[in-house]
Amino acid sequence: MILRGKAWKFGNDISTDLIAPGRYFHLRSDLNELAKHVLEDADPQFASKVDKGDLVVGGRNFGLGSSREHAPTIIKLSGVSCVLAKSFARIFFRNAINIGLPAIECDTDKISAGDELEVSLEKGAIRNVTKKTDLKFAPLPKAMTQILQDGGLVEHIKKHGDFKIE
Amino acid sequence: MKLPGFIPNKTNMGKTISEKILSEHSGKDVKADDFVIAKVDLCLLQDGTGPLAVKQLEHLGIKRVVNPQGIAVFLDHAAPSPRKELSNDHITLRNFARKTGCYLFEIGEGVCHQIMSELFTSPGNVLVGADSHTCTGGALGAFATGMGSTDVAVAMGLGKTWFRVPQTIKIAVSGKFEPGVYAKDFMLYLIGTLGAEGATYKALEFTGAAMVSLPMSERLVISNMAVEAGAKAGIFASDKVTKAYLKQHGREEKYREMKSDKDAKFEKVINIEVDKLAPMVSLPHTVDNAKPVDKIGKVKIHQVFIGSCTNGRIEDLKLVAGIWKGRKRDPDTRVIVTPASKDVYLMAAREGLLETFIEFGATVTTPGCGACVGVHGGILGDGENCISTSNRNFLGRMGNPKSFIYLASPATAAASAIRGEITDPREYL
Repeated sequence: MILRGKAWKFGNDISTDLIAPGRYFHLRSDLNELAKHVLEDADPQFASKVDKGDLVVGGRNFGLGSSREHAPTIIKLSGVSCVLAKSFARIFFRNAINIGLPAIECDTDKISAGDELEVSLEKGAIRNVTKKTDLKFAPLPKAMTQILQDGGLVEHIKKHGDFKIE
Repeated sequence: MKLPGFIPNKTNMGKTISEKILSEHSGKDVKADDFVIAKVDLCLLQDGTGPLAVKQLEHLGIKRVVNPQGIAVFLDHAAPSPRKELSNDHITLRNFARKTGCYLFEIGEGVCHQIMSELFTSPGNVLVGADSHTCTGGALGAFATGMGSTDVAVAMGLGKTWFRVPQTIKIAVSGKFEPGVYAKDFMLYLIGTLGAEGATYKALEFTGAAMVSLPMSERLVISNMAVEAGAKAGIFASDKVTKAYLKQHGREEKYREMKSDKDAKFEKVINIEVDKLAPMVSLPHTVDNAKPVDKIGKVKIHQVFIGSCTNGRIEDLKLVAGIWKGRKRDPDTRVIVTPASKDVYLMAAREGLLETFIEFGATVTTPGCGACVGVHGGILGDGENCISTSNRNFLGRMGNPKSFIYLASPATAAASAIRGEITDPREYL
């Protein structure tokens, strides 16, 4: 599967408080409404301007902080196909895979805001169409690839009736 | 739930606490970096993450949880509820608890991690919670870690989850804390040293004379904040302090020895000496932005928050009351005190601490998380500074992205409330 879209650049330490702010706590059971505020405190333009397929591109320790799964969920709901970062905080990373949002570690310094990107999860390759450059990334651990390929943890368990992780 | 029997150590290699617990719970002899499916003893949900977990269980088509006696649901983040949407989330969780037979902790019972420690978590347990500070349970010698709603839903529904067994960084701490310097200062210093992602995917294990001598209230601070360095778990070996704490809460029979083998393999060992450690403050907007209190200059404080799963225990409140007794808050500084649980609140009442707080000019609120997480009860105004005993100072954390949060110990926060600016607590001891 090839994921295509343009890059939205963010810096280091994008916390789940920036992605899904606590002041919208009451919207957590209305994810579509909460998604209107996704990443609002990091980039107020993002939620209204993001297009389907676009990529969120962060720096180090993306998604640190709270375990709120609403954070990757509203990124996905906003139409984002994939999150790239130099590194991810552990819980965010696991949550992203569990809800079927690919999270990829790579050198994001080589990507600029607005660059057109094509990501091949199978090949572990990112084509920067704008800059005409290529980036490689290491495949996910096998357990996570299995969950992601099934469409997330709920689908994984529904399909196999149990964890099917080698 | 019965624990599987101890797994013989086939590889004949020493194990860390994480490797031991995850070997027991997976029925396999595992070491760091192995992927395991492990039995889960305890699950935790709170009102910010619980409703989504309930929804995911519905999507899974799972109606029964495997071990209701090992599941605790907390109404603590919006307690009492400030909005109808959150009141409806509370209804969802009450119905879930009633239907499944798991424990429900109503508004006012307290912060999830405090109550888990008081009533549930025991050495050798695997605890997964839909809250990042679930790692607090490591203070009791458990493997306790935060996950998302879906992971915890599956853990409730199947009674198990998957883990990559973490590498362990041993934090060996020697020396003696100076008066006015606490576990909180140590953790702010450590996170400042390691960085906010310095321990990502790792377990931290705290050892050495300075750690062994700490009471449980202080160990809980340290384990609680392990996640702020990215760690999966922050663990103490169980010992007589653990045993005494369990006894205090009527659970002495849950004690068991849990410690790393002498020849256990650690990814690395970090040696720290606390003798010269000063009170520390983490400046906005990251926890690892930590500096000694005497190196940050004059910072005006508009609000002081004493509370949270990090520092809302009776020991913290006693310390604060000792500093405030016979004094008044700075007239331009408002003060909020939130006991971590109903028990803490009651003790504070019985020991006359509440009187001291009120006379000082503080507001005492219902046990819960509201101020720390920006839901209600202490939201900051534009341009305002708060000194908080909680664990996070991210932009927007306390409900306003135009405000600034400084993290410190209860003593530093208490001293700052008197002066109206960040103050070295050693001046008031």
